[in-house]
Amino acid sequence: MADEPLVLGIETSCDETGVGIVRGERLLVDAIASSVDQHARFGGVVPEVASRAHLEAMVPTIERACRDAGVALRDVDAIAVTAGPGLAGALLVGVGAAKALAVALGKPLYGVNHLASHVAVDIVEHGPLPEPAMAMLVSGGHSSLLLVPDVTHDVRSLGATMDDAAGEAFDKVARVLGLPFPGGPHIDRAAREGNRIAIDFPRGFTSGRDLERHRFDFSFSGLKTAVARWVETRQRAGEAIPVADVAASFQEAVVDVLTRKALLACKEHEVDHLLIGGGVAANSRLRALAQERCDKAGVVLRVPRPELCTDNGAMVATLGAQMVLKGRAPSDLGLPADSSMPVTLVQA
Amino acid sequence: MHLLAIDTSTSAITVALFDGSRVTAESTTLDPRAHAEHLAPGIRDVLDQAGVEPGEVTGVVVGIGPGPFTGLRVGIVTARTFGFALGVPVRGLCSHEALAHQAWLAGRRGGLLVATDARRKEVYAAEFTLTSTGSERVGDVLVSRSTDLPEHWRVLPTVGRGPLLYPDSLLGGIPSGVVGSELLDVSAGALGDLAARRWSAGEALPTAALEPGGGFDGLEPLYLRRPDTQPAPPSRKSTLG
Repeated sequence: MADEPLVLGIETSCDETGVGIVRGERLLVDAIASSVDQHARFGGVVPEVASRAHLEAMVPTIERACRDAGVALRDVDAIAVTAGPGLAGALLVGVGAAKALAVALGKPLYGVNHLASHVAVDIVEHGPLPEPAMAMLVSGGHSSLLLVPDVTHDVRSLGATMDDAAGEAFDKVARVLGLPFPGGPHIDRAAREGNRIAIDFPRGFTSGRDLERHRFDFSFSGLKTAVARWVETRQRAGEAIPVADVAASFQEAVVDVLTRKALLACKEHEVDHLLIGGGVAANSRLRALAQERCDKAGVVLRVPRPELCTDNGAMVATLGAQMVLKGRAPSDLGLPADSSMPVTLVQA
Repeated sequence: MHLLAIDTSTSAITVALFDGSRVTAESTTLDPRAHAEHLAPGIRDVLDQAGVEPGEVTGVVVGIGPGPFTGLRVGIVTARTFGFALGVPVRGLCSHEALAHQAWLAGRRGGLLVATDARRKEVYAAEFTLTSTGSERVGDVLVSRSTDLPEHWRVLPTVGRGPLLYPDSLLGGIPSGVVGSELLDVSAGALGDLAARRWSAGEALPTAALEPGGGFDGLEPLYLRRPDTQPAPPSRKSTLG
């Protein structure tokens, strides 16, 4: 097992029950059961609904992952699980299942950080990570810029959102525009028909003292409010809302700030690889603008395919396998689920 | 047989191994907010105590509640996954039946109320009749304010933490003649004993379907409450003041 450990990873931090299996740095399977449809009518993820869905999906998803990968559980070398951050009740279902596997099979357990896993997953997609790498994680729950000297134990936070996560802003603006939850894909689609310079929405923390004090931090709450005010003003005047233009201009404001700050971080920390992960990394305009700006700056852009950007078990298995490969000690069987696990803590 | 019994429906994280006639090892930790931390070490602990390898476990029985959801799910997902990993049957039993059986094992006979903490100022409660042959539940398990339980329930001798939390409405109190502290929370030893008795009596206990695509009939948690959810409000508040 030393050079090609077979690792099963479990992810339940939000509304996706994910079970992935990797062999060394090769992805064998990425099985997912999502409860997103059960949350849509509530306009956001309901923790108790997510936890119940995880419980029902857990064993069937493990079973499907093993079957599709042609792997017998007893052949697995180690179990990895998201220990945090995430929804406490949801995390506990995955942690409980992972520990049960570890005890039943007599295998080591690695409790890992959800955010570090988002960075690590690109190893199975595009090969070993350069050390250090710059990583930007953008999802419904997180917006972070990370300097990553070693994804198995040294992840440094350069900045994060001070209010809404980027994906959360997409959800809220989608609601303002009457588009369904989750907002990201719907805004992306609507924006393709729109003019992204039609409306000059604000870019938070990008100038003057804000940029000095919050060099690599983000703020999307003001942008969301600006969109809501713009739309409501037109509605009160009885005007039609140009949904495509609003979507495109809002999306441009978000991805402009994200890519500008990510490249500023690369420049100031002299890092020439930028990795983007998290659900918002599936956004087509973010991928296009990041590519354009990276090309201009001579930075190599790495973005995993969309299924590996959203929450999944493969990323947890990937990070677990890296820990085995680097000889890191397993976690204690008594490890807790930590809903606010700091990104700098890679292993629980 | 080596039956692994697990319950996380009360403040106790409790695990036991039962060999068909007696409890060979038991581990119980009281910590109502840390079920996931203690459960797996508890399982390893009872296996070590009894000198049993995980692969020698022949079945799993788990308390399916009722109980606070987050902790309850830890026990159920652990039992389901452990059983799946080893390819052994997993069975579910109502945790209140385990508590009633504990009182029966302690020598209690006659009417009994099981009342456990449901949080939010409510209890999970069920009425039992204990005879020389065993305990039997009378009616459904309810979730309710203790003051709203049927009058005749509230004067019965009661096991579970209900009487400690609501002594003014659960008037029957802890049964006399038994050590009260043993009847506050579920004991996995009693759960295993109850499962083995019913099993050997030929009673069909609900079993997890281990076939691909099989469900978990009978291993669903007894939630008794719906999730707190509110559909997204149709109109949002004005941003223009």
